[in-house]
Amino acid sequence: MAKITASVYTSHVPAIGAAIDLGKTTEPYWVPLFKGYEYSKQWMKDNTPDVIFLVYNDHATAFSLEMIPTFAIGTAAEFTPADEGYGPRPVPKVIGHPELASHIAQSVIQDDFDLTIVNKMDVDHGLTVPLSLMCGEPRAWPCPVIPFAVNVVQYPVPSGRRCFMLGQAIRRAIESFDQPLKVQIWGTGGMSHQLQGPRAGLINADWDNRFLDRLIADPEGLSKVPHIEYVREAGSEGIELVMWLIARGAMADVAGGPKPTLKHRFFHVPASNTAVGHLILENH
Amino acid sequence: MSLDKPYLDVPGTTIFDAEQSRKGYWLNQFCMSLMKAENRARFKAGERAYLDEWAMTEEQKQAVLARDLNRCIALGGNIYFLAKIGATDGKSFQQMAGSMTGMTEDEYRAMMLAGGRSVEGNRRLGEDGDAQPQHQPQGAAGKKATN
Repeated sequence: MAKITASVYTSHVPAIGAAIDLGKTTEPYWVPLFKGYEYSKQWMKDNTPDVIFLVYNDHATAFSLEMIPTFAIGTAAEFTPADEGYGPRPVPKVIGHPELASHIAQSVIQDDFDLTIVNKMDVDHGLTVPLSLMCGEPRAWPCPVIPFAVNVVQYPVPSGRRCFMLGQAIRRAIESFDQPLKVQIWGTGGMSHQLQGPRAGLINADWDNRFLDRLIADPEGLSKVPHIEYVREAGSEGIELVMWLIARGAMADVAGGPKPTLKHRFFHVPASNTAVGHLILENH
Repeated sequence: MSLDKPYLDVPGTTIFDAEQSRKGYWLNQFCMSLMKAENRARFKAGERAYLDEWAMTEEQKQAVLARDLNRCIALGGNIYFLAKIGATDGKSFQQMAGSMTGMTEDEYRAMMLAGGRSVEGNRRLGEDGDAQPQHQPQGAAGKKATN
């Protein structure tokens, strides 16, 4: 049977992608940020999974206002990096895992989460920047990726509670897949940032670090934090952090298993407008 | 029954909810069109003519022509959509975000390097933080514009 081996959490700031693509990673501004991911790239090489289930949000790229799915699972064979207005990022095509993705879709919908199934979708920086941070600049990504897009653009976004419960349903779905696949689940976005209005540039490092503490030790309690606290404390775009609760909900301890091991923790301000947070948690 | 909108008292912040989305539908859809290179070229060649192809209000068109992102957001725009205008202009997200504060690019960049804007005084309307209405515009760029 398939199993979840680890979860990874990281911000997905577009400027990080631009810094990689334009060869700026050794500039003083970016050095401390990329240093925080050196361990992660080695860890990824040592622990390459068979599939990555990647929770992210689309930033008005694949989904305009014509359709706004709350939860969308990519079941296609491949996904093309999108042109977000600057031209597509020069990164490899994302290869999907239609078989596992379709299995998860069927299982999770039968478990009362009404997913939208997407068979054609370009993927934006929300998905490709985490892959770049964790895998560097390979000619092909190290394994297939199942994109899982969450609406955090038009309010109301799903609650932290809903995301945490969805993660549990995704774990059940993966564990019922009849192939011995090692699956990682990634939660991306955040941390504190606000990109709009006179309050743009808001950063709340204390709140972010408490979020990291609680995500590790008390995800159940953290899942009860209401939207308004994210907006007030972590900025209007900080609400992306609810997506981390999907990945955390899929870990073994939430279903009564052993606590995960914290392999890596990193926090840095700023990347462009944003506080960057990063965790790696391993199941046993 | 009215909807619960607990976010209306956050200063300097517009939450893109169903009501804003409805107001900004065509403005945001115009922005989406700029994801195609040929549309970016057509828009740059004649902004007004291109905007007139969309069912936007005159106010929305003026806000786009002026690149007044705060105004665009008040009229239903969302930053992830409006970012396509910035991309067309060759602006970074930091330049776009900064433009809404009244700060110059250098002032905004310096604020971010120093750890970003503090949440203190900026949680609720009526407090005294730098994002509050009584402290706008915040920087040299905004002060120059209002003189």
